[in-house]
Amino acid sequence: MSTNPQDRTNREAFDPGSHIGEDRVAGAPPHEHPTLRAELRGYIIGLVLAALLTLGSFWSLQEGVIYGPAIVMALIVLGLAQVGVHLVFFLHLTTSPDNTNNALALAFGVLIVSLVFFGSIWVLYNMDHNMIPVKALLQMRGG
Amino acid sequence: MSTSTGALRVGRDPYHLGHAPSTGEPEYTGHGAGGPAPKRIVVGYGFWIFILSDVILFSCFFASYTVLIHARNGGPGPRELFDLRNTAEETVCLLLSSFACGLASLAVGRRSLLWTEVALAVTGLLGLTFIGLEVHEFTGLVARGAGPTHSAFLSAFFSLVGCHGVHVTAGLLWLGTMMAQFPAKGFKESIRHRYLCFSLFWHALDIIWIGIFTVVYLIGSLPP
Repeated sequence: MSTNPQDRTNREAFDPGSHIGEDRVAGAPPHEHPTLRAELRGYIIGLVLAALLTLGSFWSLQEGVIYGPAIVMALIVLGLAQVGVHLVFFLHLTTSPDNTNNALALAFGVLIVSLVFFGSIWVLYNMDHNMIPVKALLQMRGG
Repeated sequence: MSTSTGALRVGRDPYHLGHAPSTGEPEYTGHGAGGPAPKRIVVGYGFWIFILSDVILFSCFFASYTVLIHARNGGPGPRELFDLRNTAEETVCLLLSSFACGLASLAVGRRSLLWTEVALAVTGLLGLTFIGLEVHEFTGLVARGAGPTHSAFLSAFFSLVGCHGVHVTAGLLWLGTMMAQFPAKGFKESIRHRYLCFSLFWHALDIIWIGIFTVVYLIGSLPP
């Protein structure tokens, strides 16, 4: 069998930091460790992208930068993009086989979060719309 | 065996979908072939599940804030209360702190005690600055009579942002523990796994903060 105990110990002996899974490109040799330079470059790219997106978010609030009613959507898009940058460059969520389970769990988490968030807004907006205003309710009681 | 199934396999077969032990191909573990995944992968996966459950907890707070933002009981709203300059400073602190935590991960991967401690100290100081700015904001709001008891909007605001602040404070305690454990216990496997979980936690808190400054502060401050 090709499960070589020597390979296993080699892999355990090196731990490139915070990676959820090994940052391994599919098809690359299995035990090729990223250099310090390459890893550092990843974090710096992530920092620069995140900083630019944050700047964009705060800047879009300035008067006249973006068409008024579109600002909310612009902020949501910028925020989601920054979440993506953090996931890829800081949390090292990649498409490598060791990360499949993490990515699937994240997909399930996104499903639940959107159900809770958008579901609550939807349901409660409808309820609020159908409620009698408090003033009218008080008048009914008084009369 | 390998000759009969060889025709089924198109190119590479890292998962042994053709059930043949591959020759000269990397063994991708943890998928039913090639043996169990390394412990570091399993530890990271377990903690990732915890983080996702924490994110779901936060999504409830986000939902209640968004629903209650207009329930102000005649009191002030986000436009009157929030100082976006303070929010920007908090954002910078937390982003740089997350970056420093990444640098500490690189130092841990290279077994450099000095750089690990330096990077963790920077991470912690930036996190402390963040907490200081947040406490300053909260005490200012309470002093102006806009405490959590004033309206449903303010209750939702304080519970969401406060819950994040409590997480950061817990993270700082954890960070202090890690800074003590690296010199005391060395770069043992168990300590490195503990640090892996901490770094996941710290990066995830920055992701939650992206949601907070976008939804609570920026979208909240837009004119109606």
